[in-house]
Amino acid sequence: MSAPATTSPRIAWTDDEPPPQGRYLLDRSRLLGPLLLMPAVIYIVALVGIPFVLAIAYAFSDATVGDQSLDWVGLDNFRSIWDDATFQTALRNTFYFTFVSQAIVVVLASILAIVLDSDFHGKKLVRFLVLLPWTTPIALAVIGWLWTLDSVYSPIDAILRDVGLLGPGTHFGPGNSMLWLAKPDLAKLSVLFIHVWRTTPLAAVIVLAGLASIPKELNEAAAIDGASEARQIFLVRIPLILPILMVAILYGVVFTFTDMAVVYILTRGGPIDSTQVLASWSFFKGVEGTNLAQGAAIALFLFPVLVAAAIVMLRMARRTETI
Amino acid sequence: MASIETRGLTKRFGDNPPAVDRIDLLAADGEFLVLLGPSGCGKTTLLRMIGGLETPTAGDVVIGGTVVTGLPPRARRIAMVFQSYALYPHLSVHDNIAFPLRAQHMPKAQQEQRINWAAQILGIEEYLDRKPRQLSGGQRQRVALARALVREPSVFLLDEPLSNLDAQRRASARDELLLFQRSIGTTTIYVTHDQVEAMGMGDRIAVINLGQIRQIGPPREIYDEPADTFVATFLGSPPMNLVTEGMTTTGFRPEHFQPVDGHEAHPSDRLFSFVAHREEYLGSERLIYGEVEGDKVVARFPATFHHEIDFGTPLEFKVSRHHLKYFDAGTGLRIEQPE
Repeated sequence: MSAPATTSPRIAWTDDEPPPQGRYLLDRSRLLGPLLLMPAVIYIVALVGIPFVLAIAYAFSDATVGDQSLDWVGLDNFRSIWDDATFQTALRNTFYFTFVSQAIVVVLASILAIVLDSDFHGKKLVRFLVLLPWTTPIALAVIGWLWTLDSVYSPIDAILRDVGLLGPGTHFGPGNSMLWLAKPDLAKLSVLFIHVWRTTPLAAVIVLAGLASIPKELNEAAAIDGASEARQIFLVRIPLILPILMVAILYGVVFTFTDMAVVYILTRGGPIDSTQVLASWSFFKGVEGTNLAQGAAIALFLFPVLVAAAIVMLRMARRTETI
Repeated sequence: MASIETRGLTKRFGDNPPAVDRIDLLAADGEFLVLLGPSGCGKTTLLRMIGGLETPTAGDVVIGGTVVTGLPPRARRIAMVFQSYALYPHLSVHDNIAFPLRAQHMPKAQQEQRINWAAQILGIEEYLDRKPRQLSGGQRQRVALARALVREPSVFLLDEPLSNLDAQRRASARDELLLFQRSIGTTTIYVTHDQVEAMGMGDRIAVINLGQIRQIGPPREIYDEPADTFVATFLGSPPMNLVTEGMTTTGFRPEHFQPVDGHEAHPSDRLFSFVAHREEYLGSERLIYGEVEGDKVVARFPATFHHEIDFGTPLEFKVSRHHLKYFDAGTGLRIEQPE
C-alpha cells in the first residue's frame, strides 16, 4: 500500500522516496539565527570591540605612533591630560556644545514638527528642504559653512555690510568682517549653530513621526472638549510625544558629543584652542601629536556619557516593547 | 438642552459623489435620534459636521436655534463620544474627566464637585486614579461618557460608542446608556450600523444610504412601514422578503410567512408557492430558506412550532394581506396596493 503519487511540484517525494535530509536545514531557527547574526557580530567585534579594548590598553600605556609597545604607566596619562588647560576647555566645550545645542534643537524641532504636521500648500517641498541639512555629508556641509563664515567671502558679512550694521562707524564696526572664526566667542557660537543646524532636521522628523502616531481622534476629542489650539498642543500632543522626543534628544546628544568633523574642519580647535572638543583634542593629541596613549585617554572621557545615553536608550526600547 | 437641526447639509470630498447630500434633519430637545446606515453611507460625516470636526460644503447646522456652521467645536456646547473613546492615554481617569472643565477655566473646587458627580452617575469612582490603559473596554466607555457629561453639554454626539464592546457587554451597555440619557435628558444623536441598537434605543431612527435620509421615524414605523426597498431590507434579520412580479415588488416579513397546511386559507390571505431549500435552527427560532417565483425568501417560525417541511417540492404558504407592502419595482419606492 503506497500513497497515491502526488502531482504537486512542491512535495518532491513520496512514501517510497523519503524527503532529502539537509534540504530544509535553513528552516531550523537554531541554525538560521546564528547565521544571520554572524555579520553583525563580526562587524561589531572588529570595528567596535577591538578598537575599544585597544583604546583602554593605550590609555594606560606609554604608546606613541612611533612606538606602539604597551608599557604599563597606570594613571599617568589621565593625570597629565587632566592638568592640561586645553583638555579642560575641550571637556567644557563638549558638554556645552552638546547640551546647549540639544536644548535649542528640542524647541526648534518641536515647532517644526508641529508646523509640518499641519496641512498647508507645498508641505512636501518644505519637508524636503528641512531634511536637506541632515542628508548632506557633514564634511561637505561644514566646508560650506567654512566659506559662509569666511573673513573675506562671508555672505553673512556682506549682508550685514549692506544693511549698514558692519563696517566703519556701524554697530558691529569698524572692521569690514565679523571674523566669525577668529574670535573665540563667535567661533564657539558658530560651532554651536552648525550643530543645531545639523541635528534639528532629524529630530524634527522623529518628532513628526511621533505626532503622526497620535490618533486623530485624540486631537478631535480635545477640540470638542473645548481646548484651544495651544491647549491641544501643550496638554495633549507634547505630553504624548515626550517619549519620542527623548529618543530625538538622545540621538542628538550622541551625534554631537562624539562629533569631531565640525570643529576639525571649521576651526581646527582654534582660535587658541577655544573651540576644542574631546574628540578633536584626542585626535590632535593622539594622531597629529603622535601621543597615542594620551589621545586614547582623552577619548575615554567620552565613554561615561555614551554609556549613560545607551542605557537610557535601551530602557526606552524595552519600555516600548512592553506596551 | 437644545434641538439640533441641519439644513441642506452637504459634504463633498473632492470630485466624488457627495458623502452627505442635502440632509434636512431635526432632533427635538431631549430626543434620542439614531442615524442608521451601512458603513460609508455618510452617517459619521453627518455627525462630524454637526460636531464641527468637518466643514460642510453647503448647508447649515443649527443648535438650539443658533446657526453654528462657522463655529469651532468648542463654541458649540457639544460633547462627543468616539468609537475608540479617544481617552487621553497620558492622563488619569480623573484628569481625563477634568480636561473639558480645565479648558473652560472652571474653579478647582467646582471641578472636583462636577467630576465626582459624573463619576458617580457612571459608577467609575474607584477608577479615578487609573490610566485608561488599565481599564476594560466597558470601563473606558463609561469614562468617555463621564468626560462628555461633566460639563453638561446641550448636545451629545455618539459615534458607534458600543462597537468596541463584546456582544454580551454590549447589551447591558445599551441598557445603561439609554437609562443614562433618559435621566439627564440631553438631546442625543447616535450613529450606528447596528439595527438592533437602533431599534432598541432610538426615539426615532433616520435610515441613511448614499448620503441621503431614506426614512426617518420611530423604530416601529421604520420596521412596519418601510419607505422603500432599501429600508425594508436594511432592517430586520433576516430582512424583508421581496418578490417581484412585473412592475411591482411585494414585500413581507419572514415572520408573517406561514404554511397554509391544515387550515383553510382565509380570504384575506395571499397565497404563495414556496420551494424550501434548507433550514437553520437557531434555538429560539427556525429559519426556512427557499424561493418564491425565482426570488429568494425566508420564513421564520418560533422553534416551538413543530412543522415538518418538505424540501424541494412546492408548498403552499400564506401572508395576511395587511402585512404585504408594495414597492415600485423600478424606483424601489413604496406604492399603494396595485389593483
